[in-house]
Amino acid sequence: MSGLTPDLREQAAYGQRPVPARNPAARPAPPQARLQPRDPAPSRLAYRLHRLWLTPIIRKLTRVGLPAFVAALVVGVWLSDETRRAQISGGLTGIVESIQNRDEFMVTMMTIEGASPVVDRGLRSMLPVTLPSSSFDIDLVDLRARVMKLDAVESVELRIKPGGVLSAVVTERVPVVLWRHARGIELLDKTGHRVASATSRDVRPDLPIIAGEGADRATAEAMLLVDAAGPILPRLRGLVRVGERRWDLVLDHGQRIMLPAEDPLPALERIIAIDRAQDVLGRDLGSIDLRAEGRPTVRLGLDAQNAIRRARGQVELGEDGKPLDPAAQKAKLAGEARKTNG
Amino acid sequence: MRNMRRQAMQRGVIAVLDIGTTKIACLILQFDGPGVFRETDGVGPMAGQSNFRVIGAATTRSRGVRFGEIETMAETERAIRTVVQSAQKIAGVRVDHVIACLSGARPASYGLAGDIAIDAGKVSEQDVARVLASCEVPDFGRGREVLHAQPVNFAVDSRSGLLDPREHSGNRLACDMHVLTIDGDAAGNLVSCIQRCDLELAGVASASYVSGLASLVEDEQELGGACIDLGGGVTGVSVFIRKHMIFADAARIGGDLITMDIAKGLRTSHATAERIKTLHGGLEATGRDDREMIELGGDTGDWETDRRSVSRADLIGIMRPRVEEILEQVRDILDAAGFDYLPSRQIVLTGGGSQIPGLDALAARMLGQNVRIGRPLRIQGLAHSATAPGFASAIGLALLTAHPQDEWWDFEMPAEKYPARSLRRAYRWFRNNW
Repeated sequence: MSGLTPDLREQAAYGQRPVPARNPAARPAPPQARLQPRDPAPSRLAYRLHRLWLTPIIRKLTRVGLPAFVAALVVGVWLSDETRRAQISGGLTGIVESIQNRDEFMVTMMTIEGASPVVDRGLRSMLPVTLPSSSFDIDLVDLRARVMKLDAVESVELRIKPGGVLSAVVTERVPVVLWRHARGIELLDKTGHRVASATSRDVRPDLPIIAGEGADRATAEAMLLVDAAGPILPRLRGLVRVGERRWDLVLDHGQRIMLPAEDPLPALERIIAIDRAQDVLGRDLGSIDLRAEGRPTVRLGLDAQNAIRRARGQVELGEDGKPLDPAAQKAKLAGEARKTNG
Repeated sequence: MRNMRRQAMQRGVIAVLDIGTTKIACLILQFDGPGVFRETDGVGPMAGQSNFRVIGAATTRSRGVRFGEIETMAETERAIRTVVQSAQKIAGVRVDHVIACLSGARPASYGLAGDIAIDAGKVSEQDVARVLASCEVPDFGRGREVLHAQPVNFAVDSRSGLLDPREHSGNRLACDMHVLTIDGDAAGNLVSCIQRCDLELAGVASASYVSGLASLVEDEQELGGACIDLGGGVTGVSVFIRKHMIFADAARIGGDLITMDIAKGLRTSHATAERIKTLHGGLEATGRDDREMIELGGDTGDWETDRRSVSRADLIGIMRPRVEEILEQVRDILDAAGFDYLPSRQIVLTGGGSQIPGLDALAARMLGQNVRIGRPLRIQGLAHSATAPGFASAIGLALLTAHPQDEWWDFEMPAEKYPARSLRRAYRWFRNNW
């Protein structure tokens, strides 16, 4: 209760104070300056600046262009120092390398399947880096393009297997024919692509041989012809491409079968049939011309011609195809007679 | 000026400036081009006013304007700067083109008639131009400039009352034209004032005309009506029939005079008088008004003076004679215009002064029975505070901007006027620049 009821003794003590002096009756306070109606007019400069600020291009320049310019300026000034640039680029490459050289990305060995020792050696030498190295350093597309440049390789499948193995599955070209041309002998596959060079025909006696300009581009046709040759295959010496458009089959004894440019296969089958029936190729024929369809033309050999000429009583032909001098012929005949008599 | 207006329309933003005696209002309009109607909302083309939108509106106390004319150029320029800047701030865009209206400058109406023979037997575009050019121009007086010139009526042979005579067959083409002239110096003051604010003036209109456009509804414009714009310094009168203004005038008397009367009669400051007029003003005294005491207030420092109060009846006794005087002058103007002969004599009161209570009864007694208090049309995007009758001329100016009407807006310019003028202009430009 003591807090609520005032202490009378204390009040009596303070009551000793003198009465505060009263202000004399004052004149009414002077009227405040009359409140002018506010006329907020912008100055001409403020007005123009406001209008300028509302101009879209100025606004955009100030809001985007200026900060961008300042940022570019700061960065440019900071980068103008050579050592800072080197520091930054060195740091960046260091980080990149440390990630690339992690064990997970390392390639330790290379496996090659389906390649002959020569191709295997070539493939290993084409690898641009020495193993082990990071898989980031091996450009598989580039490596494949380079491997594909090898003639002996038909296709190659390169990939990096888990465990750091660079696997190459190689399909090699199979040589099916020898091609003799002015610069040497080459092995061709069935599409006519070069596989390798050969030093002589005896390297691959099992393969047929073709010759002539452009023969490689018609290898497929040549293979068909060789397959169709069948019974005359033992006598077949080779195929000659003539004029880059048709084939000549060259047999032993200098015989030639001249095939037409179009449809050589039926023509060849026909001459084989004729040969089987009449043994045409066993006779003394220089060449058989099958180029005109339905009219095989034969050129007789020298002995056959002379036999006919003798039977007709004509002058015989010499080795050069010209008629012999009658005197010389007589002498020859006499010599022969002497020989038979003797 | 017309090219300027075209340019502004292309840019899509234009400001409308109503320079009045008591306030200056600025609306910033954005044109989205036609075809932005929202038919689905049930809002049709709405008399062609749906193609623009108000994106900024500002108003400020007018300075340096008396009787609707610019008196102190620097003060008015500051006021224009203020109002344009605040409207721009609200709109967030910069405006370069301004269409302004003037209420004062002693407008005078003329009715002109022209008459030509048609060669082709059919009215062509050029014939319309020729007949407009053939109107006999009276002597307007020194220093007068044509503000509006509008063809009101066309007649082909005996068929009168055509709005658009093109393609009509006939031998003679006659036209009636209404020409409104104003004082050239006042218009020049306005032009220089606006140019000093870095703005391009794209058009000038008469405030009486544009407030009629905003306040009269379509039927009233068609059947005949008068719009009385009770402004601060000037009371504008415009008469419409068949959707054309046929007469406009302005009386140099307005609401400021009422305020001044109150200030003198009650010996108060102008601001106090304005406040009392606005809050307690009236025109019809009743018995209750004798008992309703109005504290005058004041800050003179004299207790007796500051504590005075007057009855509302006293206030009405001061205001009513002055309003009667204004309406008498309006009556004289309407009589001079021959308003009594119109088929429908609708009178629409608008402007800030039309908000005095009891004005419609008084005006009906003095001017005729068909009196109503008109508020301006609603336009899209306008703030509610700017839809009061005092903004009738600003809103009407916006409507006029959206649908300009002048002598050659609807019709082509006569061909012979083109080359000479442009050549002369080119020559003048060369001479000025080299």
